[in-house]
Amino acid sequence: MNEKEGSDRELLEITSGEAEHVYYWHCGHYVSKFLLGLRDKKTILGIKCSRCGRVYVPPREVCGRCFATMNEWVDLGTEGTIYAFTVVKLPYIDPNTGKPIKVPRTDIYVKLEGADTCLMHWLDETDEKKISVGAKVRAVFKEHRRGTIHDIECFTQI
Amino acid sequence: MDKVAIIGVGQTRYERGNTKSFAELVYEVTRKALDDAGLELDNIDNVVTTTNDFYDGRTIACMAVAEASGSYGRDATNVEGDGTLSAFYGLMRTLSGVYDATIVTTHCKMSEGNPRKLFNQAFDPIYDRILGMDAISSSALQARAYMDRYGVTEEQCAMVSVKNHANARNNPYAHVALEITIDDVMKSPMLAEPIKRLDISPISDGACAIILATEERARKSAKKPVWVRGVAHCTDAYRLGERDLTYSAALETAAKKAYKMAGIRNPFKQIDVAEVYDAFSYMELMWYEGLGFCDRGKGGKLVESGKTQMGGELPVNPSGGVLSAHPVQVAGLARIAEAVLQLRGEAGGRQVPGAKTALAHGITGICGQTHCVWVLSNEEA
Ligand SMILES: [Zn+2]
Repeated sequence: MNEKEGSDRELLEITSGEAEHVYYWHCGHYVSKFLLGLRDKKTILGIKCSRCGRVYVPPREVCGRCFATMNEWVDLGTEGTIYAFTVVKLPYIDPNTGKPIKVPRTDIYVKLEGADTCLMHWLDETDEKKISVGAKVRAVFKEHRRGTIHDIECFTQI
Repeated sequence: MDKVAIIGVGQTRYERGNTKSFAELVYEVTRKALDDAGLELDNIDNVVTTTNDFYDGRTIACMAVAEASGSYGRDATNVEGDGTLSAFYGLMRTLSGVYDATIVTTHCKMSEGNPRKLFNQAFDPIYDRILGMDAISSSALQARAYMDRYGVTEEQCAMVSVKNHANARNNPYAHVALEITIDDVMKSPMLAEPIKRLDISPISDGACAIILATEERARKSAKKPVWVRGVAHCTDAYRLGERDLTYSAALETAAKKAYKMAGIRNPFKQIDVAEVYDAFSYMELMWYEGLGFCDRGKGGKLVESGKTQMGGELPVNPSGGVLSAHPVQVAGLARIAEAVLQLRGEAGGRQVPGAKTALAHGITGICGQTHCVWVLSNEEA
């Protein structure tokens, strides 16, 4: 036993360990339909509030502003404009894999044609001088799609 | 509203990697707030704690601060959110007429986990979370939308960082106090364009507590009571994509309601000192606008005018603000504690001379989804 003088003043740490805590989230009727649109039809679906006329994407059951149930689906296609962008340069952990992500990477908010809200995704351009708010973009779909937001590979400027 | 006063405050020093447990931090500030008010725990009949299970890495984390916050044997409830919201709940319970004196506590020990992962987990797991959004990238999107709409410049944002980090040198509780120039901020590493290393707050460990009291109890307190003159909060849409990111509708609504209650018509003239939740430098400019200190889009011009620095017409964040210490969930309550010190004339080197009316502001949620605004005064209504 290694007892050194003053060791009773050492401050210890305990780790939570390596055990994972995995969740299985139900997507529900609205989100499932949106994700199936990506997977099976390569299209982006929004939903319209019949009271205020707002078109939400991604879709949701309730319009927060009207507190009304929404039922009117709108096919928004795949094109829109950049509402905001950032080129991320600080490396960080990919929440999908737990491994470091490649930077730079561009996050954007896209306002799809016919939508009143913005969809967050990635842009395939990482030089901020070549990106501008208001630029037209189109969704690029993956060949093998599984019914997740990653079925859209990224957006590209047109 | 019946009169309610803040009669005691306590803060730890804010720092990274404090070696106390979170309960030990809460005990420290509970004791400090009681001593400040000249009270013993026997005088407290109501406790509001503030916890977040993800941040604390523990389910029902509020139960773990029972002894430290003085909850044992008392009526205790918990809020998950910024400390301004816990204080709001404490205020409501004080107004119920059932309680005399309420202690409100909040703590942060995020250094024990991974702040960037924790912020990522605030986003919807089906969309933004698996695309890798976090506090920095989402704020960069908000900053881009705001700056692009109004022509606010990166240099104007940098001025906030220079001002607040300099103010922090007068605050013994601050985490990061710096003597820097606009050039230093502009040349600091780009994290997520247009946000740079010196535009962001540090994630700090620490705790804060305040004591709220009924008018009757406040009149017997050791220190000069600080009266709650107006308070309100308001929530925006959860998803950033559903908000107009170029201004804060929720803050405008909360501020108007709080000002109406406090009888404030011209906030820039009638408020003597403000402590706002500047988690990023651009946010202070947006919050100037939401709080009605200037028109939408004019925040950059306002900081440029020098009117919000020490010695200006309305000093904002004499403490150094959240840019200089960001204990998450604590930072809003720390704004209230700092406002109380200002109104008592106890703010030392960061004192705004003769301050009579102070504003404290807190936010919860991604990019300020919820805003809470407090107007405090050392004068009775
Ligand atoms: Zn609606």
